[in-house]
Amino acid sequence: MDARSRYLRSLVIDALEGGGRGHVGSTLSLIEIVRVLYDDVLRVRPDDPAWPDRDRFILSKGHGCLALYAVLADKGFFPVEALKEQCRPGAMLGGHPQRGHTPGVEASTGALGHGLALGVGMALAARLQRRPSRTFVVMGDGELDEGSVWEAAMAASKHRLDNLVALVDYNKLQSYGSVAEVLDLEPLADKWRSFGFAVAEVDGHDVNGLRNRLTALPFESGRPSMLICHTVKGKGLDFAEGQALWHHKARIEAPDVARMRQALETAR
Amino acid sequence: MRQTALAMVHELARRDPRVLFIGSDLSPGVLKGMKEEMPERFFMEGVSEAYVIGMAAGMAMDGFIPYINTIATFLTRRCLEQICIDACLENLPLRLIASGGGLVYAPLGPTHLATDDIALLRPLPNMAIVAPSDAEEMRRLMEASLTWDGPLYIRLGKGGDPVVSRADAGFAIGRAILMRPANRVLIVSTGVMTSRALAAADLLDTIGCGVLHMHTIKPLDTEGLLTAAAGAELVVTLEEHTRIGGLGSAVVEALSDAGCLKPVLRLGLPDRFPEGYGSQDHLLELAGLQPPQVADAIHKALNR
Repeated sequence: MDARSRYLRSLVIDALEGGGRGHVGSTLSLIEIVRVLYDDVLRVRPDDPAWPDRDRFILSKGHGCLALYAVLADKGFFPVEALKEQCRPGAMLGGHPQRGHTPGVEASTGALGHGLALGVGMALAARLQRRPSRTFVVMGDGELDEGSVWEAAMAASKHRLDNLVALVDYNKLQSYGSVAEVLDLEPLADKWRSFGFAVAEVDGHDVNGLRNRLTALPFESGRPSMLICHTVKGKGLDFAEGQALWHHKARIEAPDVARMRQALETAR
Repeated sequence: MRQTALAMVHELARRDPRVLFIGSDLSPGVLKGMKEEMPERFFMEGVSEAYVIGMAAGMAMDGFIPYINTIATFLTRRCLEQICIDACLENLPLRLIASGGGLVYAPLGPTHLATDDIALLRPLPNMAIVAPSDAEEMRRLMEASLTWDGPLYIRLGKGGDPVVSRADAGFAIGRAILMRPANRVLIVSTGVMTSRALAAADLLDTIGCGVLHMHTIKPLDTEGLLTAAAGAELVVTLEEHTRIGGLGSAVVEALSDAGCLKPVLRLGLPDRFPEGYGSQDHLLELAGLQPPQVADAIHKALNR
């Protein structure tokens, strides 16, 4: 793990410490995906979040919002200090992203299965308005249980939206347990192919691999793109990695925070 | 009423490049002229209401005004969360044109009867709910819809409903229309039930029965209600909707909040799924909502 990934995770821990709660595992599997998008891919202006020609990013798995908040703060959409206030009374940052409430957040997510449909709408809008904007939607693997995702997938393909890029944070764990056990998604890549997407797979913690994939878009002209990112839930905290119990923690106290910071120092 | 609403979508789309039409899986040839004239703003998206609302919201976030049409039950029950989160939380200008409000699809059975649509949508912040009385009023509503700020639910009647609205009464979303001033009784009605309220009032001519057409159930015109009800000894609400959570509930809440504690007779559908198919009129009669039955119920309430 390089210094930047470690730093962004330290911001997440700041937020967990400040709010005393958060979706730990679901956030930490996402860090490199969001990092590469904002560092290398998305055309956005932190000082002008409503710039019409910007690319749109929707974190459809809204419960991973601490990853988004950490990156948005780092990019200057709002002060880094705001992270420490997450979920507190009157805070700018809540336990799920809210459009209009937090600069840089494009959609209010948290109820799963909404983001891809919103993304299809945004991609269609860009086409009608002849804007160069692209739309990126990150979904969770458990989120793919929702039927509305597949309704939207059919539509994205029907409309040949090659300005739409969907990504799955495939960490193989949902709230109750393993995705394979709760509702198996395999063969996942074939599913998306059969729904009309051009599909690629990548190690979702490999910054160079993500960069290579996400800077050569669309994967195929005339088709929406799907990047399946194989990730580790809780990545960076050895005691949380692959542990469903770390999906969400409601009472995070000082010893937990100390343990997280220590684990992060030695994370690979 | 539906034809008028859809024709108006085409007309509004000609006037305003932000206007879109989105259907789910409607009848062949619907809005054919619009599709030919502006294919890029005509969408037929399939039997996928949850997606349709999200997609429409995504387009509205970038400045479009989507007019969405499908059957009322599917446009409310199926995609309630999308309406709540994608449209209402964001306060986006989605216009939900709901075919077959109430008992219109009587022969098709309870899956197609929108008897709870108002109750489902009324608690959602930012949502406005309008049920016009006839096609002429629908035209006026559609004119007003273009500039309405936020999501708007438009409840359609069967079509060919008698025209009782009047152009000279004007139309504004959120402003009730007093069709007939009250003496002892005020009937507050919405949608196509206003024509039945007027017929019931005719039967009650001797006791002086007023009719307030509350085409907009939310935001409710509380001031108009209180003014119209001021002299009445009985307020009656009349709706083609479950008695739970619809117009009657809204009226009682408004009167209570204003400290106006007068008897209210709430006439609507009972708390059970309609049985028996037939026609809209048939099911209204089973529920006791045809004009002579309404008049009888009012007589009884006055004599209690």
